[in-house]
Amino acid sequence: MKITLTIDGVRYDDDVEPRLLLVHYIREHAGRTGTPIGCDTSNCGACTVLLNGKSVKSCSVLAVQADGATLTTIQGLASGPANGSMDGWHPLQKAFHEEHALQCGYCTPGMIMAAVDLLAENPDPTEDEVRNGLEGNLCRCTGYQNIVRAVLTAARGAQAGATA
Amino acid sequence: MTATADHAGLSAGGLEVGKARTRKEDARLVTGQTTWTDNITLPGLAHVAFLRSPHAHARVTSVKVDAARQAPGVIAAFNGADVAAEQGSLPCAWPVTPDIVIPAHPPMAVDTVRYAGEIVAAVVARDRYAAADALELIDVEYEPLPAVLDMEAALRPGSPKVHEEGNKSYTWTFGNGDIDAAFADAPIVIERTYRQQRLIPSAMEPRAVVAAPVADEYTIWSATQIPHVLKVMLAVVTGIPEHKLRVIAPDVGGGFGSKLQVTAEEVLALIIARRLGRPVKWTESRSEGNVAVHHGRDQIQKIRIATDADGRLRGLDVNLLADMGAYLMLVTPGVPLLGAFMFNAIYKMDAYRFTCTGVFTTKTPTDAYRGAGRPEATFAIEHIMDDLAARLRADPLEVRERNWIRHEEFPYTTIAGLTYDSGNYEAATAVARDLFQYDELRKEQASRNAVASATRLGIGVSTYTEMCGLAPSRVLGSLAYAAGGWEHASIRVLPTGKVEVITGSSAHGQGHETAWSQIAADELGVPFEDVKVLHGDTAIAHKGMDTYGSRSLVVGGTAIVAACAKVRQKARVIIASQLEVSADDLEWADGRWAVRGDPDQGKSIGDIAFSTFAAHDLPDGVEPSLDCDATYDPDNFSYPHGTHLCAVEVDTETGRVKIRSYVAVDDIGNVVNPLIVDGQVHGGIAQGVAQALFEEAAYDSDGNLVTASLADYLIPSAADLPSFTLARTQTPSTLNPLGVKGVGEAGTIASTPAVVNAIIDALRPFGVTDVPMPCTPERVWRAITDSYRDGGEL
Repeated sequence: MKITLTIDGVRYDDDVEPRLLLVHYIREHAGRTGTPIGCDTSNCGACTVLLNGKSVKSCSVLAVQADGATLTTIQGLASGPANGSMDGWHPLQKAFHEEHALQCGYCTPGMIMAAVDLLAENPDPTEDEVRNGLEGNLCRCTGYQNIVRAVLTAARGAQAGATA
Repeated sequence: MTATADHAGLSAGGLEVGKARTRKEDARLVTGQTTWTDNITLPGLAHVAFLRSPHAHARVTSVKVDAARQAPGVIAAFNGADVAAEQGSLPCAWPVTPDIVIPAHPPMAVDTVRYAGEIVAAVVARDRYAAADALELIDVEYEPLPAVLDMEAALRPGSPKVHEEGNKSYTWTFGNGDIDAAFADAPIVIERTYRQQRLIPSAMEPRAVVAAPVADEYTIWSATQIPHVLKVMLAVVTGIPEHKLRVIAPDVGGGFGSKLQVTAEEVLALIIARRLGRPVKWTESRSEGNVAVHHGRDQIQKIRIATDADGRLRGLDVNLLADMGAYLMLVTPGVPLLGAFMFNAIYKMDAYRFTCTGVFTTKTPTDAYRGAGRPEATFAIEHIMDDLAARLRADPLEVRERNWIRHEEFPYTTIAGLTYDSGNYEAATAVARDLFQYDELRKEQASRNAVASATRLGIGVSTYTEMCGLAPSRVLGSLAYAAGGWEHASIRVLPTGKVEVITGSSAHGQGHETAWSQIAADELGVPFEDVKVLHGDTAIAHKGMDTYGSRSLVVGGTAIVAACAKVRQKARVIIASQLEVSADDLEWADGRWAVRGDPDQGKSIGDIAFSTFAAHDLPDGVEPSLDCDATYDPDNFSYPHGTHLCAVEVDTETGRVKIRSYVAVDDIGNVVNPLIVDGQVHGGIAQGVAQALFEEAAYDSDGNLVTASLADYLIPSAADLPSFTLARTQTPSTLNPLGVKGVGEAGTIASTPAVVNAIIDALRPFGVTDVPMPCTPERVWRAITDSYRDGGEL
């Protein structure tokens, strides 16, 4: 089936099998390997991306269902080039780095994308709201403590910016 | 090198070591620029899919792959007979006894399968979907054989056999002191049986391997913790000469022991690539990984202590059954032995006896999982110490204090024969008590108990130590382990003064690129930003023993210190020549060589990097290079310790357990990077809590894993865990120049007994003395109702 979609600002026109998972399209057809796969039951959330601004687990969406959609992956989140400079990083990328919210980093792309959506819906969450809001994203390294702190830090930064 | 290695860092002010540096690794990880093995693609890359046995135990009478070979997009298909001649046997590197049974372990089953998930066929196709489709066209005929699932039943005469040789792999014994005398006439004897449930390590990155041949040489990318060990083992198993193999562990998404392995899939990918002369890739799904990645724990622990009337330990007698699963993997039989030296923990006693029998069952093989033997041992001893306190109606911390090694007694040789170099259990416990508000919580507990509150408060204690920094090669040799325990480092000083540190450790989330930069910066007097750490590629880091057993800093970090010391001595000669003074007149201070008494006259390593490279005016006989290597073999293990205290609220009507507070005070010696250390402790505690409350690899009566996906195997989410309160006491190790002890496994070792002890502590008024792990609401509720039925103790 023919699909047209935009991933991280680039338009793709393609002919795909109806059964192709969106995450496989993103990784193997578009070559955007920043979005990893951690499970096959949509439990881990490693493959979370934004589809028309809302977080989805891209393993539980077919590529054809994303026809016409605009996707943002972890690779499209920063505003600047990915050249090591933190200048263009999204506040959550900065917060994850500064709060040491990642170790192996495999869950990180999905965790950050889920957190982007979480903060869009609830810009000033409590710790419990962050913990419950990220329940669908599993991490095996950090015990979540610094992830929660990073999300709260990013939220506070955005709040401070909004009231300044 | 030994612990007397010349060490500049801390004496030069330790500018970088000790700093909470944010990590260099993060820049690629938070922006999606990571190189996971599954990201790798090569021209002509074909995809491998494996067909796995649905039976726990069966004779394989026929595997027909012809239809699969004809399927669209399929390049090749193989059954066990096709690869039998070249696949070899997966290695077990730890034959713990002379009479151990190590069964042949073909990567692809040829005539018998012994666990559900064992590989019976492979398809190679142009893409992963075509490969998966073609698996369905393979026709396998099985003659089912009886599953062997229970270790005790497996050892009884007449049990169905997993292997021809029988179901016992080995019995390993150890003892010191007169155990019979210790138990004879002892005023108190407590005997318990604990169950260490089977766990699935569950690194977030599923395993993957890419094998690429070029002529008769092979490059293998693998999601592995052990590229160096893997290279040697692949050479041994496949017969491909070692110098024609290159193994690369690119970014690796966690391991926890599960990637400390030489796997069937790695061997098969390599021999399929050789057979086809083209690159192949295999990436597992989570459901595939849960049955095929080695599992952890799974022990039945019979433990007995004898004490004086006041609870002073006389003797400790431990008898383990350890489930090997269907085969012995790389270090399967040795895992319980790593616990053998830890059951005695921080306590003094007169006698100790340890017996472990490794048992074959028709389940996924077990092997190292975070802590590997030490969490199991620590759980048992810390649990029974709480049982002892309950018997004495004494405070569990006080009973521990009666028995533990006092700080002035270090170095102390334990009943298990290890010499603990340093520690201060009093100090860590005092800090933990205070942070936890131990006395206040005890009062609250008493008042809840007094009014028979439906929600009880329990306080769990775990005063752990562990042995890590694996390991002195001589000790490994004495335990019949096939390899050594050293680590290697190389330092390259580049012409512009930048530095490359090449380490034999192989990080997969630990932050070595950051921490090793801090060490090298101090040792060489170069800026942190000017250091690049290279690892995980056998063509770059040519020598190494890799990352496991909380060894990388203790052993690998010391190797870096030793290599840097050599670089400094080379630089000293060149700088002396340039300053026209004798090398003896120079002293190392503030990161540079300066004339003694005239500190303005001096040069740094950066200052002479280019002139050494140009080599126009080096002294006679001095080579134009500052580069140095060092290999460090430790003299002893290292012994982190600490006191973890956990408060739980148990709803006695529903069995629900809520962790109310958790305090961890760890003494891991000196700290290179507190940010990284705290992260390791957080994650370690979380995994130990997961064993206590959530996780279990469960099998049905036919031997099928019923927790084969993350929908069934419940690794905790953010909503399931609390925040942990951390603090440190610092007793530097005397065994290495950095004074470090290792932190990778400490949290996991400590936390499981802290949580379970807290639950039991809450329920002791009901007469509950144990709750089997994981302590799910149902099990907690049943423990309470069963104790009512039995009349309770109190």
